[in-house]
Amino acid sequence: MGFPRYQNNDLTKGTNLAETAVFRAERIGKSYPGVRANDDVSFAVAPGEIHALLGENGAGKSTLVKMIYGLVRPDDGQMFLMGQPHHPADPRAARAAGVAMVFQHFSLFDALTVAENIALGMENPPPRRTLSDRITQVSHEFGLPLNPARRIATLSAGERQRVEIIRCLLQNPRLLIMDEPTSVLTPQEAELLFATLRKLAGQGTAILYISHKLEEIRAHCDRATILRGGKVMGSADPRAHSARELAAMMVGGQMREIDRSGRVAGDVLLQMENVSAPAPSAEGTALKGISLAVRSGEILGIGGVAGNGQEELLSVLSGEVLTRPGSVTLEGRDLSQAGPEARRLAGLLAAPEDRLGHAAVPDFSLTDNTLLTAGGRKVLVRNGMIDHRAARAFAEEVIKGYDVRTPGPGTAARALSGGNLQKFVIGREVMQAPRVLAVNQPTWGVDAGAAAAVRQSLLDLARAGAGVIVISQDLDELMELSDRFCALNEGRLSDPRPTEGLTLDEIGLMLGGAHGMAEAQI
Amino acid sequence: MMMLIPRTETSTGWQIATPIMAVLATMITGGLLFAIMGYDPVAAIRTIFWDPLFGPAASYSRPQLLVKAGPLILIASGLAIGFRAGIWNIGAEGQYIIGGICGAAVALAAYPGEHWWLFPAMIAAGAFGGWAWAMIPAMLRNRFGASEILVSLMLVYVAQKVAAWMAFGPLKNPEGFGFPGSRNLQQYPSASNPELIAGTGAHWGVFAAALAVLATWVLMSRHIRGFHIRAAGLAPRAARFAGVRPETLVAFCLGLSGALAGLAGIFEAAGPAGQITDSFGSGYGFTAIIVAFLGRLNPVGILLAGLLLALTYIGGELAQLTMQLPAATVQVFQGMLLFFLLGFDLLTRFRITRGVPA
Repeated sequence: MGFPRYQNNDLTKGTNLAETAVFRAERIGKSYPGVRANDDVSFAVAPGEIHALLGENGAGKSTLVKMIYGLVRPDDGQMFLMGQPHHPADPRAARAAGVAMVFQHFSLFDALTVAENIALGMENPPPRRTLSDRITQVSHEFGLPLNPARRIATLSAGERQRVEIIRCLLQNPRLLIMDEPTSVLTPQEAELLFATLRKLAGQGTAILYISHKLEEIRAHCDRATILRGGKVMGSADPRAHSARELAAMMVGGQMREIDRSGRVAGDVLLQMENVSAPAPSAEGTALKGISLAVRSGEILGIGGVAGNGQEELLSVLSGEVLTRPGSVTLEGRDLSQAGPEARRLAGLLAAPEDRLGHAAVPDFSLTDNTLLTAGGRKVLVRNGMIDHRAARAFAEEVIKGYDVRTPGPGTAARALSGGNLQKFVIGREVMQAPRVLAVNQPTWGVDAGAAAAVRQSLLDLARAGAGVIVISQDLDELMELSDRFCALNEGRLSDPRPTEGLTLDEIGLMLGGAHGMAEAQI
Repeated sequence: MMMLIPRTETSTGWQIATPIMAVLATMITGGLLFAIMGYDPVAAIRTIFWDPLFGPAASYSRPQLLVKAGPLILIASGLAIGFRAGIWNIGAEGQYIIGGICGAAVALAAYPGEHWWLFPAMIAAGAFGGWAWAMIPAMLRNRFGASEILVSLMLVYVAQKVAAWMAFGPLKNPEGFGFPGSRNLQQYPSASNPELIAGTGAHWGVFAAALAVLATWVLMSRHIRGFHIRAAGLAPRAARFAGVRPETLVAFCLGLSGALAGLAGIFEAAGPAGQITDSFGSGYGFTAIIVAFLGRLNPVGILLAGLLLALTYIGGELAQLTMQLPAATVQVFQGMLLFFLLGFDLLTRFRITRGVPA
């Protein structure tokens, strides 16, 4: 499949960026056990530039900026700040060198005032009154209205972010890193933020801007470095390229055609109609008017970048969160008001993403962990009394059927490797012969062999006539498994499209939210 | 340099060893304390831990062991279930007081009639009183997210005021020559909770405690509800995924522990205490927290821990009488016991190594 590749070939604007760059990375690499998080990453950020780091979750953006900010040390390669070697041992050293970072999640004390919070983060805070004056001055200078005497508890998310930004600006940074800053902002607040960044860039500060929102980057960034799988895919002027082209670079193109024979789409089994649910927490995502239908023998794939409502969608399917009457029906039966156990008995099963602590209790044995979901459907519990022998037998059945490598059913779940526990969790649900099974990230952090086994079992389940919903961030996986594909974006689900014939460009746009949902984003 | 390394699996050996180590450390530290205060440490420790059972006055103090251990075990059995689920009922003392008042009120309302149903009705009222008092923190937590720790604890002080009000007001003995306190239920045959087996101290409450140990063991190890409670304590999200509603669990655990505390209260009011006075609450509800933890939240452990803590009560009193040790001795001992237990508890989850920091 051919798509444009943008190499570092438009660095030729007369100046030598390698010498004038505020920050430069040369062949940076970082490995974690089993993962090459960054591989041979080179890029440069010019003074006064708003430079986007673009990539999907797991592309290596966070690892990269953590190395720049001194939170993680690179295994190999070199970094330069203002031409000097930059190898900070900790964030304090990075700050001293002129790097500042605004994190996605704020670290502020609710009970203290703005000025007190900022003083806490400084190595040698000036007297309180001087500091307050400085805060007022900087906030006026950059158009970030903020009263230093206000308590954090009374501030909105946007205002809290301003506190973090001003905290950074007081250090006079040469390089300001912003990690997905607009994810917590209203559109108006985001506009204000960009005006500030523009002003700051005008004074020569370089800004490294992390995001996966294509339109935002196209509107505001001067240059984008695109990461995929820990590698730099290219560097481009985002204004000169369409969102479609950027998405193609971000998502990548190694999609395999696979054989989907042997399965026949039958009657609709599960139907969700206009399901909305409030965000479960400040970091959660609200579900907005989600409708979907799953047929017998069909696998419905739901793609999307993490944090767009995947977990929330699974919890309204599993019954952990209840929705409006009539909004979730299985074979015509209303399950919207039924809890997890009642749904399992009716045939709607689920496997959440987080294996340790959600799909399984880490300190429980595998035998005990079967009781978590199979107690009723496999009759391991009678009149409330646990049949330990039956539970053990079922655990052994799952271990055998799914090739779970473990000393035995008495082993604690936490002692298993991620792949083996995932096989156990999926096996536990599949062996209960569900009518519909919903899984979230079925192969996340699982080695290739186990991932193949898990995918195969989902295909087999559908072949036997069940409906399967696979929520995943792994596009290859979704292309391999699903018959129809839809994208989850900020709690909204796009209309499903047949996976057959779906092009990479179309998928990228569905994920980025630039297609068909533009008006919903305001 | 000494370092703490997390254990991959909690050590069963240490789980059993740490309570014993805590008891020994309490004895040693207590002994040192007595030596500094000018008492003979060996004699003091012997008076507290040995003499109540085997000393010269053992025939008097031995029955007291069950009298004191009964309510402790009864209350701790209930508390341990909530603690397993991460639901912290710190107010068993209040539920004990209200349970005692409710049960006694039923008896006093029926006075002086003799009825076969009176004692069962008192027990039901006692359990109900404790349950209802515990449902206040349960409802506040479920409705408003209020901390059940604070609410249940504060309600202890409210309960103490209620006890004083009852002793001086509604439940005051009209033939009591103006002294505060209710009629003595021990002298009211239908309502009294007598020693059932002479010389053992065993009254109905002791049998109830034994039953509670058995029932909570079945609940926690054989029943799906107990499984859900353990799951909720270890991994709340997994419990929710299994189908446990947190609100239901909060109400169940607080309600059950409140009812058991209320039972302990009425058995005490109708038996050893005999009446409701303004000082009816005697600290069983707080000591039971120590019993629950010393017993590792395990029914059998709680049985043993309850007996041990009862021993410190009796031994402490004995030491006051024979050696003129201060009255606070018992509390100091109980406090040290919990302190050392929590300290040594570290060893079940971590191991100590010598090494350099990584």
